[in-house]
Amino acid sequence: MSSTATTAGIAVRRLPNIWDVAALLCVVGALVAVASAARGTFVPLTALEQAAIGLDPWRLPEYALRTTMRMFAALAASLLFTFTFAPLAAKSRRAGLIMIPLLDILQSVPILGFLTFTTAFFMGLFPGRVLGLELAAIFAIFTSQAWNMAFSFYQSLTTIPGDLDEASRGFRLTGWQRFWRLEVPFAMPGLVWNTMLSMSAGWFFVVASEAITLGDNNWKLPGIGSYVALALEQKDIHAVFWAILAMLLVILVYDQLLFRPLVAWSAKFRFETTAGVTAEDPWMLALLRRTHVLRVAGEAMGQAFGTVTGLPWSLPKRATARPRARRRLGDIVFGAVVVAVVAWSVGKIVEYVAEALSWADLGTAMLLGAITLLRVAVLMVLAAAIWVPVGVWLGLRPAWARRVQPVAQFLAAFPANLLFPPFVVLIVAFRLTPDIWLTPLMVLGTQWYILFNVIAGAAAFPGDLREAAANFRVGGLLWWRRVILPGILPYFVTGAITASGGSWNAAIVAEVASWGDTRLAAHGLGAYIANATDAGNFHQVVLGVVVMSLYVLACNRLIWRPLYAYASRRATPG
Amino acid sequence: MDATATKPALLEVRACRQAYHKESNADLVVLEDVNMSLQAGEIVGLLGRSGSGKSTLLRIVSGLLRPTSGEVLWRGAPVQGPAEGIAMVFQSFALFPWLTVQENVELGLEAQGVPREEREKRAEEAIDLIGLGGYESAYPKELSGGMRQRVGLARALVVHPGLLLMDEPFSALDVLTAETLRTDLIDLWMERKLPIESILMVTHNIEEAVLMCDRILVFASNPGRVASELRVPFRHPRNRLDPAFRQMVDDIYALMTRRAPKPVPSLQTLADRSGFATKLHHVSTNVLAGLIETLAAPPYDGRADLPALAASLQMEADELLPLGEALQILHFGELEEGDVRLNETGRTFALADTDTRKALFAAALRAHVPLVNVIRHTLEERWNHRAAAVRFRDELEDHMSPDWAEETLHAIISWGRYAELFSYDEESDQFILEDMDATA
Repeated sequence: MSSTATTAGIAVRRLPNIWDVAALLCVVGALVAVASAARGTFVPLTALEQAAIGLDPWRLPEYALRTTMRMFAALAASLLFTFTFAPLAAKSRRAGLIMIPLLDILQSVPILGFLTFTTAFFMGLFPGRVLGLELAAIFAIFTSQAWNMAFSFYQSLTTIPGDLDEASRGFRLTGWQRFWRLEVPFAMPGLVWNTMLSMSAGWFFVVASEAITLGDNNWKLPGIGSYVALALEQKDIHAVFWAILAMLLVILVYDQLLFRPLVAWSAKFRFETTAGVTAEDPWMLALLRRTHVLRVAGEAMGQAFGTVTGLPWSLPKRATARPRARRRLGDIVFGAVVVAVVAWSVGKIVEYVAEALSWADLGTAMLLGAITLLRVAVLMVLAAAIWVPVGVWLGLRPAWARRVQPVAQFLAAFPANLLFPPFVVLIVAFRLTPDIWLTPLMVLGTQWYILFNVIAGAAAFPGDLREAAANFRVGGLLWWRRVILPGILPYFVTGAITASGGSWNAAIVAEVASWGDTRLAAHGLGAYIANATDAGNFHQVVLGVVVMSLYVLACNRLIWRPLYAYASRRATPG
Repeated sequence: MDATATKPALLEVRACRQAYHKESNADLVVLEDVNMSLQAGEIVGLLGRSGSGKSTLLRIVSGLLRPTSGEVLWRGAPVQGPAEGIAMVFQSFALFPWLTVQENVELGLEAQGVPREEREKRAEEAIDLIGLGGYESAYPKELSGGMRQRVGLARALVVHPGLLLMDEPFSALDVLTAETLRTDLIDLWMERKLPIESILMVTHNIEEAVLMCDRILVFASNPGRVASELRVPFRHPRNRLDPAFRQMVDDIYALMTRRAPKPVPSLQTLADRSGFATKLHHVSTNVLAGLIETLAAPPYDGRADLPALAASLQMEADELLPLGEALQILHFGELEEGDVRLNETGRTFALADTDTRKALFAAALRAHVPLVNVIRHTLEERWNHRAAAVRFRDELEDHMSPDWAEETLHAIISWGRYAELFSYDEESDQFILEDMDATA
């Protein structure tokens, strides 16, 4: 009944609208402003304030802890951001108009390219102190986590089922009670899932953001990332493997102790009214549930939580029906403010870029972007060609799928940049062409998204359809073309979107690699940004990042989103 | 009963009107000038077809929706938003899947700030009253539909509302479960065990209304309004097989199928000629053909009493009436005074083979559904014989709510496809005229 309506809705959303442009300009403008404000603050840190990093493996637990702490600090910030930004965007019509395209843009901007600016900014806030560096690292992680979490929460807030909304209004829940009793629980499964994805992205960034080069200055915060950076400088491959091992353990521990239980627990909030198959509790959750002391403590905490969230707090009521004229006036004022900010951003960008760049630079960046685009495209095709058959094979065998699925998710969470050094060593040793052989590094960490999504899709493929296909003896290529591929398409597209987005980001660290004094660079936009960063050429960094954002946005809007809309429409019966 | 008339009304609805503002056209009126009152101690049913505004009225009474004009007085004070002392039971149950039965029931009390101990005590009482004892720690998804609706009832009763609102509370349940729940509720009501003073319920099930209510307000559509008010004179427990009960059901069917007087304003008929003002129910052509065959065959031989037909087909009035209306629109038959009658074209259709049926259907569509002609003409004029459906949807939305526009377009698409007058491509949301020379 609503199928034709959704078609229209998607068609409308597919076109980038004026708000997207405005949001993009605002983001870039603000970042440029931060960067130019911070440019004058490149005072060298007295290096003594930091303990020197050593390559002794016994120091790794301490470094791992420091790295993990940064992760969770950023996660806390991301949750705070999610719980404030998303409700605001969902509840205020005007705020939503600008905040949602803003999120969409921020999701596509390769934040790694801006690491230099944000570092400069935070060090400007706390000159000469480690705190600035720490905050910069945490902020970098935050920027890799917050957007998709906020977006997921926003989407949940805007799709609250109508009857539950009416029930909670009918029973006169206050805003506070409604938030904790209806909105947060409803959003929980999506939020937990996105937090998990965010953590994976975060590991990648934490490694990249601990060892920071700003022009001629080079700092290393104690952590696994710095350890690896030092190992690279000193050509110590053993240390690299020690670091990989440490990271493996850290991720295993956080995965088992935190995320498996969280995901299992959040299944309780899934909005379904029929009893589904309940998976077995992960051991940690079972432990929590069965251990008496822990359970009592948990119940006490739950009760306290219930009491606080049940408090009848509410914001002062607004007059319900405001006169139309006043609302229109408000719209005009709001519109004027947005226009002013956009105009200021445009001015700032033009002024900044025109200082040092010409049209030729833009051409170069676009061309390099095209090369990187080609890389991403080829990688996606290769990854699909390998992992789709594997994923389908595994997904159709539940016993295998159960065993492999956690492994694939685990691999996706592993920061692939830690795995770069062994590859680089090989490339250097065999004198391979960087333009070709650095490329696979981009997809090293992201290909797993394709695998585990395809496994999930194949596992969810309806049994009766499989039986029907077998009954009509559909086999070979026809089976792939007509039966399984259309069936898993939505899942594949979901995985491919994440994988390709991640690959763009990875390009910044994957197109340039070094081993001791040997420096390998491929041609591409990622290398362009990385080189500009090393050289302290901020104009080129801005240009590179803007061009990359444009490429990512264009891919999302022109390829992935229509494909996803098509896939989900085709694959849902009725 | 007369004594209640002198008492102040528990609830009063005064001149309520609900309309959606349209930029281009006149407002779409969903509910026109509704007046009603509710006394303590009575169960009142709002009975009508879908789209007659009865659910809208229920939401206005509950304070979930503000009327465009008019007011609702609850215990003498105007209703400004969800009011204390009014609780609602939902058709879809609206239980929170992440809360247990106990927690769901406690929700309303929690919102009132009732302390924990009292909350638990009252919730347990309500749960026991409604026959859910032992299920306190279960989650909704572990329960059957009937049990879930019991939770919905307990959740509403626990706040001790003066007025209980029920929005088609039994229509999502199977026949047996619904009947058990109805009788349980009526028993509790008669034994005065329910902490409520009055019930206002929406239903499209005529028998349900006669079985439960003391008073029935029958709604008419276009715009939604109260067409008539009936007092049900039977004492509880009522017997569905009692001839007087049957007669009342028959009378209400007759009332609901009575031809509405032709709309007077010329502006409306003008719009009607273009076909954009007629709401259509999406009725499957298969079901329609099945109904025509059934009617043509014995024992009906072309004419059937609606309640009897509904009973033998196991359909509710709400499902059967749109079918009858479709017959009428296509001039295959007529609805009159609670009967449905097949005409000559209808009889021919019943005996015809598939191709002839399609031809008959196509002819009927072109003759009696103007919108089909509009689409067909547009397609013929276009060089590529394609036209975007969004254009017709927009035009329909000028005359009806978006939901109705969608439903109407859905009907047009499905009927047009069956008649092979045009086809429709869901992917591009376009109507297409393929080479259908046979039917052109």
